[in-house]
Amino acid sequence: MISKIGRQSIRLVSELGELASFSAKASVALPGQRHILEKLTRSLFEIGVRCVPITLIVGLFTGLVLGLQLYYVLTKFSSESLLGQAVALSIILEIGPVFTAIMIVGQAGSALSAEIGIQRNAEQIDALHTMQINPIGFLVSPRLWAAIVAFPILTTFFDLIGIYGGYLTGVELLGVDPGAYWNRIYDAVSLQNIFNGLVKALVFGVVTTLICSFQGYFTHRKADIPGARGVSQTTTRAVVYSSIAILVFDYLITSFQMAK
Amino acid sequence: MSEATTLRLRGIKKAFGEQVVLGGIDLDIPLGSHTTVIGKSGTGKSVLLKCISGLLPPDAGSISSGDSKGAPPCSYMFQQNALFDSMTVEENVALPLREKGKAKKAEIEERVSDLLGQLDLTAARKKYPAEISGGMKKRVALARALITNPEIILFDEPTTGLDPQRKYSVFDMIRSYRKRFGFTVIMVSHDVPEVFEISDKIAWLDAGQIKYWGSPEDLLANPPEDLKPFLNPQLTSV
Repeated sequence: MISKIGRQSIRLVSELGELASFSAKASVALPGQRHILEKLTRSLFEIGVRCVPITLIVGLFTGLVLGLQLYYVLTKFSSESLLGQAVALSIILEIGPVFTAIMIVGQAGSALSAEIGIQRNAEQIDALHTMQINPIGFLVSPRLWAAIVAFPILTTFFDLIGIYGGYLTGVELLGVDPGAYWNRIYDAVSLQNIFNGLVKALVFGVVTTLICSFQGYFTHRKADIPGARGVSQTTTRAVVYSSIAILVFDYLITSFQMAK
Repeated sequence: MSEATTLRLRGIKKAFGEQVVLGGIDLDIPLGSHTTVIGKSGTGKSVLLKCISGLLPPDAGSISSGDSKGAPPCSYMFQQNALFDSMTVEENVALPLREKGKAKKAEIEERVSDLLGQLDLTAARKKYPAEISGGMKKRVALARALITNPEIILFDEPTTGLDPQRKYSVFDMIRSYRKRFGFTVIMVSHDVPEVFEISDKIAWLDAGQIKYWGSPEDLLANPPEDLKPFLNPQLTSV
C-alpha cells in the first residue's frame, strides 16, 4: 500500500516535471520558427474563430438562465433592480472565463490533443526531428500564443452576450426596468473586475493548451495502449485534466484577487 | 577504403530498461553504396537506423564520418511515409526548405518543381496524401527526403504492406534514384532475397550484434548456418 502510494507520487512528480519542461520549451520556441505570422493566423482560426459560435450560444443561454434564476432569488428580497449587477459580476468574474475555457477545451483542446497524438503515431513528429525542425516549436508554440490571444477575446464575447441574455430574461421577459438593469451594471462593474476576469481567461488558455498538447505529444508514453485507442485515451485525459485545472486555477486566482 | 568515404559505427549500444537491443554495433558503411540491414522482427534494425539518424541517442558508442563526429546530413524515409495529411504534395516536399535554411520562396518553388518533375509527381503536386496511391506516397516521401540534398537516406522497411509488383517498383525506384542522385542508402528490410538484387552490402543483425557483413553474393554463396532458416524459411507442421 505504502509502496503503491510512493510509486504514484513519484509518477505524479515526474509527470509535473515533464509538463514544466515541455511548457518552458513551448513558451520560448516560437521566435526560432519561420513564417510565424502564418502559423499564428492558422492557430488563431482553429482556437479562436472556430470557437466563436459555441461561445456565443453557450454565453447567451447562460445569461438567459442566470437572469431567470437570479430574478427569482432577488425577488425574495425585493431587490430585482440589482439583477443587472448580479448577472454582470457573476459572468465577468466567474462564469465567463470558466465556461468559455471549458467550451474551448471541448472543441479546440480535444482536437489539438487528438491531432498531435495522431501525428505522433504516424511518425510525423519523428519526421520533423529528422528534418531538424523543432516539433514543439512547429506544432505547439503557435497554438500556445494563439490561445493567449483567443481566450480573453472569446471570454469578452461570452461576457457581452451573457449580459445581454440576462437582459432578455430580466427586462424583456420578467419586466425589470431597463434603465435599472444597465445603470446597475455601469455602477457596479469596475475596470478591475474586467481585468480580473481576463487574467483568468489568459491563465486558462495557457494551462489548457499546454495540457492538451502535452497529452497528445506524449501519447506513445502516456497511453496504456498504443495506437488509436491510446489517442482516444490521451484525448479524454486532456479534456478531463484541463477541466480540473480550470477549476483549480480559478480557485487559486480568485483567492489572490480577493486577497488584494 | 579510406575513412573519409565510410560511415563508421563503433560500439553502438542501446537498451530500453532491462532489454538490450543493440549490444555494441561496429560497422564501416561505404558512402555512396546501398547497405541493407536484415534480421528477424524485433532485433533492433529500426533502432539502429534511429541511432544513425539521431532520433534515438545511443547509450554508448560513436558515429563518425571522416574527421567529423556524427553522421553526415541524412534524411529518413519512414515505414508509413509520415507525410502531413493537411499539406499538399508540394507543401510536404517543400517543408524542410520552408522551415529551415535561408532559401527564398521562388528558389524553393523552383527546386520543388524540378524534383517533382524528376519523380513524375508534377500532376499530383496540388493533391493531398489521402488522394494519391501508395506508390506515389512513397515517391513523395522520397522527394521530401531528397529536397535537402542529403548524403545518406535511411529507409525503414519501405515496402511494408505492398504487393510483390509494387515492392519491386519501390526497389527499382530506390536503385534508379540512387544512381541519379548519388546518395548513400541504408535500408532496413525483411524482403529476402529481393533486396540482394539492389544491395551492395548486407548486414545481418541478430541478438543485438552484426552476425554477417559483406556482399549479397558472398552471403548467398556461403550463408552462415544461423542465417539459413531466415533465408529459406520452411513451413513446419503443427
